[in-house]
Amino acid sequence: MIRIVGSRLLGMLVVLFLVTLFTYAIFFLLSADPAVQICGKNCTPERIEQIRLNLGLDQPFWTQFWGYVGGLFTGRTFTVAGAAVECAAPCLGYSFQTSQLVGDMIVQRLPITATIAVGAAVLWLLGGVVAGVLSAVKEGRFLDRFFAGLTLGSMSIPNYVLALALQFIFVVALGWLPFPQAVKFTDDPGQWFLNFILPWVVLAVGYAAVYTRLTRANVIDTLQENFVRTARAKGLQPGLVWRRHALRPALTPIVTIFGMDVAGLLGGAVITETVFGLNGVGKLTADSITANDQPVIMAVTLLSAFFVIIGNMVVDLLYTAIDPRVRTGASA
Amino acid sequence: MSESTSTPGAVSGEGSGPLLSVRDLTVSFRTAQGPTSVVKNLEFDVPRGGALGIVGESGSGKSMTSLAILGLLPKGGTATGSVRFDGAELIGMSEREKRRVRGDRIAMIFQDPLSSLNPYYKVGTQIAEAYLSHRSGVSRKQARTVAIEAMERVHIRDAARRVDHYPHQFSGGMRQRIMIAMALSMEPDLIIADEPTTALDVTVQAQILDLLDEIRTETGAGLILITHDLAVVSEVTDQIVVMRAGETVERGAVEQVFSDPQADYTRRLLDAVPRIDDAIGVLRTTAITVPDNGRSAR
Repeated sequence: MIRIVGSRLLGMLVVLFLVTLFTYAIFFLLSADPAVQICGKNCTPERIEQIRLNLGLDQPFWTQFWGYVGGLFTGRTFTVAGAAVECAAPCLGYSFQTSQLVGDMIVQRLPITATIAVGAAVLWLLGGVVAGVLSAVKEGRFLDRFFAGLTLGSMSIPNYVLALALQFIFVVALGWLPFPQAVKFTDDPGQWFLNFILPWVVLAVGYAAVYTRLTRANVIDTLQENFVRTARAKGLQPGLVWRRHALRPALTPIVTIFGMDVAGLLGGAVITETVFGLNGVGKLTADSITANDQPVIMAVTLLSAFFVIIGNMVVDLLYTAIDPRVRTGASA
Repeated sequence: MSESTSTPGAVSGEGSGPLLSVRDLTVSFRTAQGPTSVVKNLEFDVPRGGALGIVGESGSGKSMTSLAILGLLPKGGTATGSVRFDGAELIGMSEREKRRVRGDRIAMIFQDPLSSLNPYYKVGTQIAEAYLSHRSGVSRKQARTVAIEAMERVHIRDAARRVDHYPHQFSGGMRQRIMIAMALSMEPDLIIADEPTTALDVTVQAQILDLLDEIRTETGAGLILITHDLAVVSEVTDQIVVMRAGETVERGAVEQVFSDPQADYTRRLLDAVPRIDDAIGVLRTTAITVPDNGRSAR
């Protein structure tokens, strides 16, 4: 077990390093000169040169890159308008456009993104698995067809359309949900919860559709398995046959995709956050792309990669716990 | 149960007559072209403690017969006719009552032992499952003991430790022993073994057959052995039913059918068994369209 974790961690570091390198290279090679942007409209060539010197933009690529990587581990100091700004490790850079440390900007927004992602994940996992199992039980009958139609619809409708439609129906027309207000969970849990219902639903719908299909297919496949026939031949109660011999094997693969999906969302649910005006990492991404705020884009990219890699690792470890074949295969 | 070794006729006491009596059994499936019968008017008896072999090519309806007896036909399949087990009619019996018979009084062993075992559970759990389901008020610990005993009876060494292993940690032959242990743990009156040796090496096949024979004589359980392999039947069973395309071609005592086959198909089936003195490269077949093919190839 320790060996698996160890080798996984090492692989993770390599991947993260490569992601950092490539992202940095892309911004270095492709993007507009940050010094020009910072300088603004009334700008002299001397001033641009001065900014370039301050930012270290006159340095060669590798020097800049190692400066960035070094900052991740040991922190670094930026010179902003003549004053020194400390950026502690892990330093993700300084946004000259917002005059903030990128790390702080992300830390502020991460809880919102995590709330959206986890809430939606619970919804789509429950909804998808229940609908999938029901579809499999009623294969070919009305309920199965109903869910098939529903999943097709859910997959086809774009997030932002659904978001606007639901907002209009439930907030404006029916008035069942209050207008979103900026509240903290600790101040007003009820309002906080109501704020998040629509974002959760909107984000969950597409995933739930995929999970429904996946679950249905897995359960139907598993029911064909010989060991299910064995269980029936043993005279087990139908409930036990289902729980142990059909659902457990059918749902295990879902763990894999679930872990990856949640991890992917922690990097920000760009569309949902933007439509609902929720100030999470996804909205930050959207805003900084529009503003071409490179340090932020760079940091968000790294963060996403980080979560996906961590998610991958968690799934792998979880798998060794729930699938005996993987477990003993690894220890042998 | 072991006292019945000397009197294999007295397994469960009550009913007289054969343990299992199949009459006019027809299994049909709904297809786009209308119902198709895969087993037609099958008749046979299994005496108490007796062993019956059902032989035929693949597609002859052997497996469907066994599934029909247990009421485990795949979706769309229906069985008509009569299957009397120890005096009780199984066809048309409620699902609840059938469940009580399955695993407890009639146990089944399937062809592919790996896919027939659930990869997610320890073999001990899977053996004990039936015991926990059929006997009320037994503890997990008791069930575990039963599982270990069953594994010992099928000669799995170190059963107390192996009971906590998963199916993939056993070899093919050992897995089939687990399946047999599962079947005999409930001390059933009838064991149906559907191609129990087909997925195994030749050497392991012999061991498994010996084991089945041993279990049968020890417990006095009846046995239905379904196979395409005539050698297997001759070794273990005393009665035989030869099936082809769902129909009964021939039935009778093994020695009689082997020494004096009445049906042409049985003769060809017997001729198709390769012999040590055959010329190399000659494999006889039972091609159906040319009635005398099996003989002329000689």
